[in-house]
Amino acid sequence: MRPVAIIGTGITKFGELWEQSLRDLFTEAALKAVEHSKAPRLDALYVGCMAPGLFNGQEHLGALAADYLGMGPIPATRVESACASGGLALLQAVIAVGSGVYDYVLAGGVEKMNDVSGGAATLALGTAADGDYELFFGATFPSLYALMATAHMARHGTTREMLTAVAVKNHFHGSKNPNAQYPFEIKPAAVADSPLVAEPLHLLDCSPITDGAAAVVVAPLDLAKKLVKKPVVVSGFGHATDTLALHHRDDMTELKAVALAARKAYGMAKLAPKDIHVAEVHDCFTIAEIMTCEALGFAKPGEGGRIALKGETRLGGRIPVNTSGGLKAKGHPVGATGVAQIVELVAQLRGEAGARQVKGAKVGLAQNMGGTGASSTVTILEVTK
Amino acid sequence: MTTSARIWREKPHRYRLEGVRCKKCGRTWVPARQVCPCGSRGLSAMVLPEEGRILTWTVVHTGHPEFSDSTPYALVVVEFGKGARLLMQLADFRREDLKIGRKVKVEFRKVQAAGESGVLCYGYKAVACSE
Ligand SMILES: [Zn+2]
Repeated sequence: MRPVAIIGTGITKFGELWEQSLRDLFTEAALKAVEHSKAPRLDALYVGCMAPGLFNGQEHLGALAADYLGMGPIPATRVESACASGGLALLQAVIAVGSGVYDYVLAGGVEKMNDVSGGAATLALGTAADGDYELFFGATFPSLYALMATAHMARHGTTREMLTAVAVKNHFHGSKNPNAQYPFEIKPAAVADSPLVAEPLHLLDCSPITDGAAAVVVAPLDLAKKLVKKPVVVSGFGHATDTLALHHRDDMTELKAVALAARKAYGMAKLAPKDIHVAEVHDCFTIAEIMTCEALGFAKPGEGGRIALKGETRLGGRIPVNTSGGLKAKGHPVGATGVAQIVELVAQLRGEAGARQVKGAKVGLAQNMGGTGASSTVTILEVTK
Repeated sequence: MTTSARIWREKPHRYRLEGVRCKKCGRTWVPARQVCPCGSRGLSAMVLPEEGRILTWTVVHTGHPEFSDSTPYALVVVEFGKGARLLMQLADFRREDLKIGRKVKVEFRKVQAAGESGVLCYGYKAVACSE
């Protein structure tokens, strides 16, 4: 595969965006990315979106996206892998450019979730779990992650305090991100004082329902160098799957697909966890960040909560995680999330992250997952020397 | 989403706990599947034992619209003998029953009233065994 770089990024505000439709959001982010990239044309686009049929009564998003972007005839494909749709759209773009089939490819992600009621949104998101064997019996996403949290706490001694540390840290980071849905800090006591959703998870352990979009433009490194000063190279990536139903896993305290995707990405980049300077991980719930930090090798198995409590994952810590505010504070428009993570890392590696800049960051890792970890992508980015 | 054909199709495992045992690795699965994750296609029919143990639990307070009348309700993952695991509600739960390792048995119960017309859907739920 020829080397591939990211040459432009674009993102919308995340939140309850009543004035913008699904197509408006995608087009705004995509136009920003195209302008930022200075690409002479687009050869193809991929758009990650989880459930536009359920959220917006709209499928066939590839054609819609190309149409409204004014790129009419280019090949355009919607990619779906639940909440990993965005991360996977990026990988499709990277593979397409890496293979030599296309030169300039846009990878976007979008979700417009606030056009339906909270209950309808819960059911739409629930389709990422096993419909006949989880959803039918009353499972919701918070409850499935709560089942993982109960098991993790029993096995590893993970505590309420550790879950809280993740939420407080991500809101601290989010307070420095003007695009975040919740750009403010929270007090530790607020987490346990918020309503119980599924024990042990409270409302402030959960990421919100969000509208938003993000996009990046990918190009071969040789062309990228002619267009932008600091192309950010995709030096490694991985994608793996696990059983769809949580209860079919041998160990519910591990995220095997994340670990496998990470192993592939580290191998391709010839890097180890200790080489990563900044990471964006899939903290759909506080317990998810703890478990992904373990699967990515930032913490030993069972130690994911302790590194959060010790401040190792905070800005200025050993391995800053979710400097954007994460899904928790920045918001989680599911199809957009995996691409938004890349937007944040590109800003960090170019030294353009402002108040939340990780000093000297040269290597970043993004991890995006679907369902209870039934699919996961891991992408490693490096700024060229 | 719940149609009579769909409910009818689910009868073997939802009402009778029928699944398969892999002749190669010995693991059991409900529902029946055509290929074991170990790769083997040598699978024979079996029925789950009625008793198992809680592997993990939660109590759901908000969320699932079809179950909003029954909150808070408990969800458990139960392991039956070698391998087979299912997620289900723990019916008539008491706080002291929510323990990893707690012995439960499976009963045939009403699970939900689906959709606007409230079609009654039956299936399995766990109940705590007397200690
Ligand atoms: Zn087998």
